[in-house]
Amino acid sequence: MQITVTVNGTAHTREVEPRLLLVHFLRDELRLTGTHWGCDTSNCGVCVVQLDGQPVKSCTVLAVMADGREVRTVEGLARGAELDPIQQGFSDKHGLQCGFCTPGMMMTCRALLDRNPDPSDTEIRVAISGQICRCTGYENIVRSVHAAAEIERAAQEVHQ
Amino acid sequence: MSTDTTGVAAPGTPPTEVAPTQVCASTPMGYGSMRRKEDARFIRGQGRYLDDIALPGMLHGAVLRSPFAHAKIVSIDTSAAEAHPKVKAVITGETLAGLGLAWMPTLSHDVQAVLATDKVRFQGQEVAFVVAEDRYSARDALALIEVDYEPLDAVIDARKALDEGAPVIRDDLDGRTDNHIFDWEAGDSAATDDVFANADVVASCDMLYPRVHPAPMETCGSIASMDPVTGKLTVYTTTQAPHAHRTIYALVAGLPEHKIQVISPDIGGGFGNKVGIYPGYVCAVVGTIVTGAPVKWVEDRSENLMATSFARDYHMHGEIASTKDGKLLGVRVKVLADHGAFNGTAQPSKMPAGLFHVFSGSYDMAAAHCAVTGVYTNKAPGGVAYACSFRITEAVYLIERLVDVLAHDQGWDPAELRMKNLLKPEQFPYTTALGWEYDSGDYPTTLQKALDIAGYAELRREQAAKRERGELMGIGIAFFTEAVGAGPRRTMDILGLGMADGAELRVHPTGKAVLRLSCMSQGQGHVTTFAQIVAEELGISPDDIEVVQGDTDQTPFGLGTYGSRSTPVSGAATAIVARKVRERAKIVAAAMLEVSPDDLEWEKGRFHVAGDPSASAAIADIAMAAHSDLELPEGVEGHLDATCVYNPPNLTYPCGAYICVVDVDKGTGQASVRRFIAVDDCGVRINPMIVEGQVHGGLADGVGMALMQLMAFDSDGNHLGASFMDYLLPTAMECPSWELGETVTPSPHHPIGAKGVGESATVGSPPAVVNAVLDAIGVRHADMPLTPAHVWRAMRGEPIRTDLAIG
Repeated sequence: MQITVTVNGTAHTREVEPRLLLVHFLRDELRLTGTHWGCDTSNCGVCVVQLDGQPVKSCTVLAVMADGREVRTVEGLARGAELDPIQQGFSDKHGLQCGFCTPGMMMTCRALLDRNPDPSDTEIRVAISGQICRCTGYENIVRSVHAAAEIERAAQEVHQ
Repeated sequence: MSTDTTGVAAPGTPPTEVAPTQVCASTPMGYGSMRRKEDARFIRGQGRYLDDIALPGMLHGAVLRSPFAHAKIVSIDTSAAEAHPKVKAVITGETLAGLGLAWMPTLSHDVQAVLATDKVRFQGQEVAFVVAEDRYSARDALALIEVDYEPLDAVIDARKALDEGAPVIRDDLDGRTDNHIFDWEAGDSAATDDVFANADVVASCDMLYPRVHPAPMETCGSIASMDPVTGKLTVYTTTQAPHAHRTIYALVAGLPEHKIQVISPDIGGGFGNKVGIYPGYVCAVVGTIVTGAPVKWVEDRSENLMATSFARDYHMHGEIASTKDGKLLGVRVKVLADHGAFNGTAQPSKMPAGLFHVFSGSYDMAAAHCAVTGVYTNKAPGGVAYACSFRITEAVYLIERLVDVLAHDQGWDPAELRMKNLLKPEQFPYTTALGWEYDSGDYPTTLQKALDIAGYAELRREQAAKRERGELMGIGIAFFTEAVGAGPRRTMDILGLGMADGAELRVHPTGKAVLRLSCMSQGQGHVTTFAQIVAEELGISPDDIEVVQGDTDQTPFGLGTYGSRSTPVSGAATAIVARKVRERAKIVAAAMLEVSPDDLEWEKGRFHVAGDPSASAAIADIAMAAHSDLELPEGVEGHLDATCVYNPPNLTYPCGAYICVVDVDKGTGQASVRRFIAVDDCGVRINPMIVEGQVHGGLADGVGMALMQLMAFDSDGNHLGASFMDYLLPTAMECPSWELGETVTPSPHHPIGAKGVGESATVGSPPAVVNAVLDAIGVRHADMPLTPAHVWRAMRGEPIRTDLAIG
């Protein structure tokens, strides 16, 4: 099947098998390897990307289901050299160790901050509850999201 | 031994002169809680993990696995798979037998099937390997292979493995008539029996440390590429020990070692899962030889959980003896160790139970003894993995549960009982009844600090009030002593390879440096931490130090990263190699300043003439001079570099006091961790932020193992935890906000006083959680994992065997 998927603002048209998973489309067809694969069963969330702004597990989405839609991946977070606040937060607060779950975590948390600029600890934990990190024990991920929210609030105050 | 509870000692200061200082992020030498250098790539999605690598013309492999736990292979028909238009090769055990590769040696004096030839011995065992043009086609072709099996009775319950008439799993071994692997003892049996015969009080308990799996988020995989012209084999692989892998490939496949390059790219978590060589890796090597193209093999999650190294599976009968007023006297234990179908435990080769024999723990005991029996079962091989410090998880769980069982029986407070028996600071260095020489520690201060953070007395009052109201709340304590940094070559080796590690440091002419390490990060932050050690020793900014690891063509030999050994061994090598460079720099500086080296004094980053600080040379100036036409004394080679191989004189002994507070729902049996207090002493902390992050991760492991992670088998040997739908790992919802504290007692024999911390929390936290849940429900013992269903049954006096399917 021929599909056209807009990924990080660029439209890509490809001929794909109907069974191709979105995660493999991104990784193998487009060579965007920042999105990872971890479990096959929608439990771990290392494959989370945003589909029309909503976090989805790309191991459980067929590439053909993304036809005509917009995908945002970790590679689409920074604007050139300028990090997205969520990336800055993860770096500042040691929100990652091996880095494998990190892109999925950041895409979920980016979506959280887009709808809730000042989330509580519990709201952050609920947002990432469908994802697994084996390294951090989650505490520094929670701190990272708070740090990102603070960066965004500070930027907004300057803007105002 | 001095103890500092307010700050941490500066790295690089000799332990005997440690002057505790407050480390802060702005320290000019760049040490302390600096942000990690490696994160810049990871947060941009520019990590380079195994599956991210694509070589030109690369093919994809997939493994066909056994659906049975024990079955004869009658026949294998690969013709339909071979006829698939995208399939390039189908490899079976018969193919490998022709190459002498059907079996490979394990790390524990046994052999393991690469692809089964005679029969399959666990569910998920490797039977055939398909190489195809893409990963989907390779999987498609697996379904086209016809294997005719004749099922056999399986040995699933380790406690029945030695029964008369039990099916013999390893009939491939000559003369084998049972499932017995080894008997091993440590300690003085007679002295221990004497202590028990004369003790006022003895408490005993049967306990299982169940089979668990490390389950790193990245599964295992490999890309093998043989250059047909040069004969060079390049293996990209998820390994924590690239040099050991290269040597083993050379030994197993008969390939010349200098023609093998093992590259470990970024690793998405290891935790011990990525130490050994798995059949899929060997198949990828055979695949590239057969097809002439690079072959990638990456396992899926079920394969990872079913077939790669599990951990623990220790069935223990422990006993503890004390006086009637609570002075601990001795401990003894009998262990039945389930090693699965092949004895493939990864630990120092002379120690079949690893370092389990530190099980007298943190207490002053007169005598201790263990007897361990290893058996084969129809389950995946492994046993030593998952941040266990070579089975110290099992040892700490045993002693910390026994102390609580004793307290439960006698009505003693578990905190008071521990405090009364902890080793005193003045007893260090302390030689245990089992022969270990603990290097340093202040255990009572560590426990007291945890009790203070927790507000222990208030928690007990709250618990009593809740009990009055019929609510269940529990407080669990564990005190652990770790033994890491394996190890001294006179006592520890793996396959005959001494457990030393190398470091090479070169300062370039402009003063920038490159450090090459034999260990390999799986997320621990080596690129940052090891640069910080050099920064402290030489006064170069960590940003000016490149750390190279994970490539056998680029780094010195060494045994790799596991058992919390990177900082104790490679960290020591790094400090020493930097000091060697500094010594060379001193000679060069003396030539530059036209004085004797003895007249020079070192201050961070420069040498100056004693009494004349204006006559000085900075490291960058010295580096340029060392490469220049400056005349150097006879015998001084010039340039600014050094190498070091560090052979640890002893292990290091981190410790910690952990307190867990849980609430248990009476109606459902659901235990929730409300608070977790962890006070760790890992000696000198190089980057406190990284240390705390490592502790956080290990604490989450403890919550998972104690409450959730269930890897049981049914009577046919079907694996009941073979996906993340069934094998439940803790999420952010199960983990509390961790409360950390620290004490610092530098290791007296480590060049910078550091002890290692990577596994401390995984070792120490499970008994704290279990003790808390059992304290809440008033039950003497029930095995992990304490799932809601299990807690509910334990409350009714019917705890279950968690290694077997509920019948």
